[in-house]
Amino acid sequence: MSMEIAIPQPVERENYLNKEYGVWSWLLTTDHKRIALLYLISITFFFFIGGFFALLIRLELLTPAGDLVQADTYNKLFSMHGIVMVFFFLVPSIPAVLGNFLVPMMIGAKDLAFPRINLLSWYLYIIGGVMMVHCMLTGGVDTGWTFYAPFSTNFSNTKVVEAGLAVFVAGFSSILTGLNFVVTIHRMRAPGMTWSRLPLFIWAHYATSIIQLLGTPVLAITLTLVVAERALHLGIFDPKLGGDPVLFQHLFWFYSHPAVYIMILPAMGVITEIIACFSRKRIFGYSFVAFSSIAIAVFGFLVWAHHMFVAGTSVYAALVFSLLSYAVAVPSAIKVFNWTATLYKGSIHYDAPMLYAFGFLGLFTIGGLTGLFLAALGIDVHVTDTYFVVAHFHYIMVGGAVMGYLGGMHFWWPKISGRLYPEGWARLAALIVFIGFNLTFFPQFLLGYMGMPRRYYDYSHMPEFQVLNVLSTAGATVLGVGYLLPMVYFLWSMRYGKPASDNPWNAAGLEWMTTSPPPTFNFDEEPVVTWEAYNYEELDAPSHAQEVPVAG
Amino acid sequence: MLNNFPLWPQQASTMAQRVDALYIFLLVVTGLMTLLIFVCLVFFAARFRHRPGVRAEQIEGSTPLEITWSAIPFLIFMVIFAWGAIVYFKERTPPADSTEVYVVAKQWMWKLEHAEGQREINELHVPVGRDVKLIMTSQDVIHSFYIPAFRIKQDVLPGRYTVEWFRATKPGVYHLFCAEYCGTQHSGMVGDIVVQEPAQYEAWMNGGSTGPLSATGEKVFAELGCATCHRTDAQGRGPNLQGVFGKPVQLEDGRTVTADENYLRECILDPGAKRVKGFQPIMPTFQGLVSEEQVNALVAYIKSISKTKPGEGAKASASAATPTTSARVQVNGSQVQ
Repeated sequence: MSMEIAIPQPVERENYLNKEYGVWSWLLTTDHKRIALLYLISITFFFFIGGFFALLIRLELLTPAGDLVQADTYNKLFSMHGIVMVFFFLVPSIPAVLGNFLVPMMIGAKDLAFPRINLLSWYLYIIGGVMMVHCMLTGGVDTGWTFYAPFSTNFSNTKVVEAGLAVFVAGFSSILTGLNFVVTIHRMRAPGMTWSRLPLFIWAHYATSIIQLLGTPVLAITLTLVVAERALHLGIFDPKLGGDPVLFQHLFWFYSHPAVYIMILPAMGVITEIIACFSRKRIFGYSFVAFSSIAIAVFGFLVWAHHMFVAGTSVYAALVFSLLSYAVAVPSAIKVFNWTATLYKGSIHYDAPMLYAFGFLGLFTIGGLTGLFLAALGIDVHVTDTYFVVAHFHYIMVGGAVMGYLGGMHFWWPKISGRLYPEGWARLAALIVFIGFNLTFFPQFLLGYMGMPRRYYDYSHMPEFQVLNVLSTAGATVLGVGYLLPMVYFLWSMRYGKPASDNPWNAAGLEWMTTSPPPTFNFDEEPVVTWEAYNYEELDAPSHAQEVPVAG
Repeated sequence: MLNNFPLWPQQASTMAQRVDALYIFLLVVTGLMTLLIFVCLVFFAARFRHRPGVRAEQIEGSTPLEITWSAIPFLIFMVIFAWGAIVYFKERTPPADSTEVYVVAKQWMWKLEHAEGQREINELHVPVGRDVKLIMTSQDVIHSFYIPAFRIKQDVLPGRYTVEWFRATKPGVYHLFCAEYCGTQHSGMVGDIVVQEPAQYEAWMNGGSTGPLSATGEKVFAELGCATCHRTDAQGRGPNLQGVFGKPVQLEDGRTVTADENYLRECILDPGAKRVKGFQPIMPTFQGLVSEEQVNALVAYIKSISKTKPGEGAKASASAATPTTSARVQVNGSQVQ
């Protein structure tokens, strides 16, 4: 379906963007939509910082010798790439931007349950972000994003305490976002918006919020212990003082494995909305998709030690965690099958958001299936801590989560900005991202099975790995272009894009029943819901189509 | 050309064959799953593309289908799980009569010492066809001893021993990598595993040895005065250490532990932690007084005096694997009282 425009209105309606002007109207806002935009600007900043580090890493690996930067610099680059991308981009990305914007609108509420706490969460994110930038400017950190003890507690000479505290503070912004979503979804649904009528985007965010609430405090505890051990030598992780370095890994992964689901579940929610809209169908197996999100959130807490099969844990613990890892794979498989089945007998449109959704399906499938290799104990011993792992989690977290994020940004951009982006450029960008991504990360699976360890600055001992590394670096530059394009045309569209109608995709969902951009309190009248989610049958019925003209 | 662009790692141990077999099985299974999903996606996307005047057909869902596509993958997953677990158990269970090599990791080098006393740095010579067990510890941070051609990897921790083993099947020189990030020169902590024919290996082994590791351990044992308490009769203030390795030991707090490498190491560095029943807490800690290499030598020595008679070694390992009541009584009778 092409994006046809309603007749431009002569006088712009009052909306959340033009209601007030000036810096303070933004910095002191409690409007969830404005806070979403504050987050959008902040995480975009960190995305390009993290991306810049990635580019330097790939350039260094173009040749086997360590010749572009110093070894210490390289170690800081991959550490800060991980910290920035995980804690300052991926974890907040979809929840804090799209979730913040859409959760109240999708359930027919005026705002989140705690608007001021929502603003506080952004300020905490910014304080953590400023601390992180300060840490990077004054020397950076070289522990890897995983902060493994005793390297982080007793040996690294870099700014471990500063980085740890930055992540600690940013973690609280994540907890507050989760808290706000849980209360909002429980308490603020419009009349008639029952749990079984909720968009699956909401179910995904509900599951995510539970993980944020229960998991992030453990990260805070872990980082506090690292800082305490480093400053006071308490002997928690240091074996010389009676501590246990493996304990750190248990604590760290207890948060950081569920954190993967904080990143991927919201993307699954986005993809579900996009596939329903561009197939013009209700989602196949609504309740299975909904409950698989909850199942992932619950089982996700029970698999952390699958990161530790060679760490020195017992054989029997490994057995249990391998088994549970396969259990968590089932709900992910259910989702992929249901999305695929939704396409069956649909009426499929190929607009840019749908191209990102197809990209997500392909990349997430590969990422998920390679997870089966890593959960297999005998294979994990060989491929853990190699590029196989690097490739696998990038397929999930970049191929999955970032594709979902970009797909969602395109899908809801007309609602957020009130403008249309250039469709041709958007389709081109989706294609470039898909090709660039595969070229970057597929060779890394091969490198990993051949045995190239991750976090290697110099591989002159094994020059046979160069060809695949060159391919990967070439892919990274293509991927970089693919990521820059949307930023350029989104910015361009804010000024020059054609005005968007209220519902340019003729999509289901309450957020499309208000104006684009929406008014400050989202709806002029509180909506009353009398229909199921994804009522595309009614939307596409001939009688309805006459009321709301949509070009096919 | 293919030498510069390999796509499959060399296969040089018995474990490599086991891991590769499972890997190929997984490639086939996941390949078929990927194909199934991609074919459906492409076919549906093409067949059901939007056409003017044709509306989507709404489908609620299907519980039988949901159950099918949950149960079938789950069953496949269980096969992978079981196969993976079997391979892993083999990897984590060194054969009883393996040749032993002690490994000490430090930022950023590997120090290796054969039980026969040969020392090596960043290089390990092993013969084809013999089980080799690595007993590893670290002087500083966590490292990981990784030989891709053998498909084995094990983190090396400070403060305790971890173990891995292999049996090489093909002579050659293979990469040794540190696989756990350990600081500035992490990528420089690499070396070579040199696999030789037994005859070549014997020749290498006979050049420049300082005597077996257990002999070094015996010297350290004497220098530190261990023998004053750990006497070979029943009169010592400490337990008699002859024959103790691999046997169950009853502790003061009522527990029973097996006297393995990690237990011996802990008794040297932290004697109070797991005190043998019937003895006073009089042994001082040797933490900081002995180097990692000296601890290894002491452990090798204590192991050597547990295998004085050829017949007894086999019996000791058998009783360690299945601690029976009679074995425990025997140990208590001869060691503790």
